[in-house]
Amino acid sequence: MTLIESFEKLDYSDALESSEEAQNWLDSHGRRFGQFINGKFESRSDADLIASLNPSNGDLLANIEVAGPNQLKKAITAARNALPAWQAMDGHGRAKVLYALARLLQKHTRIVSVLETLDNGKPIRESRDIDIPLAIRHFYHHAGWAQIQEREFSEYKSIGVVAQIVPWNFPLLMLAWKIAPAIAMGNTLVFKPAEQTPITAMFFAHLCEQAGVPDGVINIVNGAGTTGASLAAHEGVDKVAFTGSTSVGRAIRKATAGQNKKLTLELGGKSAFVVFEDADLDAAVEGLVDSIWFNQGEVCCAGSRLLVQAQIADKLHTKLKKRMQTLRQGTPLNKSVDIGSLVSQTQYQRVDELVQNGIEQGGELYQASTTQPDGNYYPPTLITEIDSSHPLAQEEIFGPVLVSMPFRTQSEAVTLANNSRYGLAASIWSENINRAMDVAPKIKAGVIWINCHNQFDASCGFGGVRESGFGREGGKEGLYEYLQPKLLKKVAKSKPIKVERQSSKENIDRTLKFYIGGRQVRPDGGHSIATYKANGSLATWVGAGNRKDIRNAVSAATKASNWSNQNGHLRAQIIYFFAENLALREDEWIKRLQEICGLTKKQAKTEFNASLSRIFSYAAWADKYDGAVHNAPYRGVTMALPEAIGVLAQIAPEEKPLISTISLIAPAIAMGNRVVLIASERYASIALELVQTLETSDIPAGVVNILTGNKTDLAEQLAGHAEVDGIWCWAEPETVAQVEATSAIDLKRLWVHIDGDRDWLDSQQGEGLEFLRNATEVKNIWTPYGD
Amino acid sequence: MNTNKLNTKSSVIDKELTEHDKKIISYPKMNLVDSSDADSKIKRNPGIDFNIDRISNITVNRSAVERRCASYAVRRSIKKQQQAAWLLKAISLIDLTTLSGDDTESRVKRLCGKSRRPLSPQLIKSLDIESLNLSVAAVCVYHDMLKTTYQALKDSKVKLAAVSTGFPAGLSPLPLRLQEIEYSLASGADEIDIVISRRHVLEGKWRELYEEVKAFRDSCGEAHMKTILATGELGNLSNIAKASQVCMMAGADFIKTSTGKEPVNATLPVSLVMTRMIRSYYEKTGYSIGFKAAGGISDSKTALTYMTMIKEELGRRWLEPDLFRFGASSLLGDIERQLDHFASGYYSASYRHPLT
Repeated sequence: MTLIESFEKLDYSDALESSEEAQNWLDSHGRRFGQFINGKFESRSDADLIASLNPSNGDLLANIEVAGPNQLKKAITAARNALPAWQAMDGHGRAKVLYALARLLQKHTRIVSVLETLDNGKPIRESRDIDIPLAIRHFYHHAGWAQIQEREFSEYKSIGVVAQIVPWNFPLLMLAWKIAPAIAMGNTLVFKPAEQTPITAMFFAHLCEQAGVPDGVINIVNGAGTTGASLAAHEGVDKVAFTGSTSVGRAIRKATAGQNKKLTLELGGKSAFVVFEDADLDAAVEGLVDSIWFNQGEVCCAGSRLLVQAQIADKLHTKLKKRMQTLRQGTPLNKSVDIGSLVSQTQYQRVDELVQNGIEQGGELYQASTTQPDGNYYPPTLITEIDSSHPLAQEEIFGPVLVSMPFRTQSEAVTLANNSRYGLAASIWSENINRAMDVAPKIKAGVIWINCHNQFDASCGFGGVRESGFGREGGKEGLYEYLQPKLLKKVAKSKPIKVERQSSKENIDRTLKFYIGGRQVRPDGGHSIATYKANGSLATWVGAGNRKDIRNAVSAATKASNWSNQNGHLRAQIIYFFAENLALREDEWIKRLQEICGLTKKQAKTEFNASLSRIFSYAAWADKYDGAVHNAPYRGVTMALPEAIGVLAQIAPEEKPLISTISLIAPAIAMGNRVVLIASERYASIALELVQTLETSDIPAGVVNILTGNKTDLAEQLAGHAEVDGIWCWAEPETVAQVEATSAIDLKRLWVHIDGDRDWLDSQQGEGLEFLRNATEVKNIWTPYGD
Repeated sequence: MNTNKLNTKSSVIDKELTEHDKKIISYPKMNLVDSSDADSKIKRNPGIDFNIDRISNITVNRSAVERRCASYAVRRSIKKQQQAAWLLKAISLIDLTTLSGDDTESRVKRLCGKSRRPLSPQLIKSLDIESLNLSVAAVCVYHDMLKTTYQALKDSKVKLAAVSTGFPAGLSPLPLRLQEIEYSLASGADEIDIVISRRHVLEGKWRELYEEVKAFRDSCGEAHMKTILATGELGNLSNIAKASQVCMMAGADFIKTSTGKEPVNATLPVSLVMTRMIRSYYEKTGYSIGFKAAGGISDSKTALTYMTMIKEELGRRWLEPDLFRFGASSLLGDIERQLDHFASGYYSASYRHPLT
């Protein structure tokens, strides 16, 4: 083409980023990678191989050896052996290592970006300008956290050996999200990249040595799903951090049930992109480009559900279709390309199949381009004229496919946005701050973007609610995922009661009822259980709860949702009033604790006073546990708001029944949760004896519900109930295991313990921020501003 | 082939696309204007009735505008021959401007000479572009310099543009401002760059603004009217968007960012907002309005970013002198050096090129 022809056309350049250096690097390693264990690469000639391909043209990048069981074990052992020294190292020592990793990545930005694009198919502009800089930022940011760990987290210690498994959509960025906080807080780890995209992790492994990462602190193993499953379920692992699909997350939840492992799951999503009539529509259109066509739509938090106010729907669709025409799709290494290739042929087929099948059930399909040459280039797609029951509006597609639905009012927008199993992220588009800030807390999601989408930073927590998983990555809130309290001391169980007599002559026969929806109700099944005093005589009868009682209690708690919207001051007033009313019954309680629990008068007094103090503590916290404003590098504020979990089921510990019951209920309701508590079996009457005080303390009906019965059975019912948002559980190992396994149904957030893990009387163990953190989930709200 | 990189930070070796790599499935064209033929005549905007509803709901989100602006330079690559072609095009889009209190005949003559021969004959020869017969789009001066300019530009295709209506503040009496237009037309001006009364925008007097601009347009007659918004003095992006709409309703042929005399002149965010308003006006009325970015665009890289924005938002057709201009004085010198580098492989010194 002559210069004059170019002058007439004014085309962009097809400027290909050179992949020479990256290809040379792959060649220099023989295009074969083994495992990175204890600071060394290990290769086995007989290993199974997985080919890592360039999805845009099918070229082989490298063969990856699948780690065998022995290598997995070796990696985990290496992490275990490296743990004591790494934990003992001071924060400054760890900070230097993280800082060195950040610097090294920065020095090799270009080759890393090219490797990422070759391996994943994403446009070089995205790997170079978004993925890799964010990964580097993550290491810098967490170098800082390591430095100040002793000061900021003095009551916590590292968890131990962490298994980390990531998907293929942001290979190095996910590596950074996982590895940086884990090692900053003194954990050691075994990391598994996705089998489709292991290359940048292999490059990173080579940097570890230069950065001075001690041998065994970071181990990287390769393999597909089965390798990941073995790693997650391995007994040598203390914690599993997984990012990936909801179905695999669910499998990991089940596989690790009963293993006493901490879990972080970042799973799928079908995030809403809500455009109100007063939005800047041109801004919203570009927001959609950032939202659903970023990374080919292979983003867990992609705004794949466009909800648009009816009166502007046509206008927005027209603008959007026009914009879709200027999106450029093609060779990912081309610097003038917006959308690259899907990660694999499998993924292409999956997306195509979902769209083909979906469209058969109705809907209007718009694709900017219909030409589809070889390669896995799926065109940007918009589907309109469907409703929320349509499969394409419910299923996560994980491709560049946007579905659009209209709404009429703000409340309908919220309802539609929340009409999903998922709850990862959402964006709200409106130039009216009143509206935006009103809607933000109402959408069930871990991240809310106002007038933007897909903004990320190391200083801000990321993670979901519902089936989008639990736990946060990034920000101070993300660090607790890699920490545990230092001060817990196990306590011994008290001796069993010798039952003396079946009847009591002293008093009128009492049968304590359940407390459900603000009323005392009889058990549905009509069965009762006897409870005994310390001396073996009959104390009272309590109900034996069943599935229907659970249903009624959860239903009452669900209805009491207004409690979660009350302000902290009002909740504090009510909780203080509860303490006041309880204090009036001091004599009665001291007598009861002596009789039922066999305490001395002094012990009873201590427990009672400690209980009152504990209620006061959480009344105090009710209007003080108030989140943070994160310092992300943009013009705007990111608010990290602790939000109530919602309906919280609590399986109470057996011992110290008064203070332990209060230690569970008080922080939960202080933070705005509604509680369904299953009382201690042995001391079932104690929790129920609180009912009269609860009734007289202005606590709204349904906020606290108390049942008694077989803990294991009731816990399982609660774990399987989809309206229960979270469970706190202190129980025997089998019950804990069952709760963990059953909760996989809807991936509830769990805080579970083998009963006897702490002394409830000790305020350092039985009270405080750990409880408040577990009674809340942090929502990050990004609000850019400027006029 | 010689390499020519404006972005010195990027040290990568670009290679031409091999057939194997050429899996590009969509390079669609924007169909904003039916014909993509650059020569097709556009219909002149006659203006439409004032309608407050068209502007009352406009709000512009600044952060979103800035995010979009950050993408043009990094998401679209213009290198080597393409870059030379775009820069040649940029020359043809320049309103070569001098608007100083110390302007004299000799300086204006020099400017006119440069406007007719923006590149040296040797460079034109080595680029093999004689047939383009390249010149800048217009020379832009104060009224008093028009006669000199007219003489100097006789027999050239360079247009004669005069700033008018009490430029730059626009605060002289309205009859005088209207008369100034007539004076300039009588002196041979093809294009009149008028300034709006910023106070109408800041006080929300949109109908007054409309009437003012309409009066200017009536005075302009056949001459093309560029409406200078002085965006640096309008307070915020929403005001800029509204003022753009009002001026187009009143019959502007072009909307222009700045006089060059405000504390902040053309910026990418402001330009994007105005460009989007041009698009929405086109979608509603079918009239294509031109855009002129003036002040502060002094190097080739910035010029390419603006042109990328125009191509992305409005399409290829807008990258012609009848729909897009740069108001600049030093930009040409930088483009010349870049083209020289493209032709020779080495960077030139400014003293080796004739003064602007």
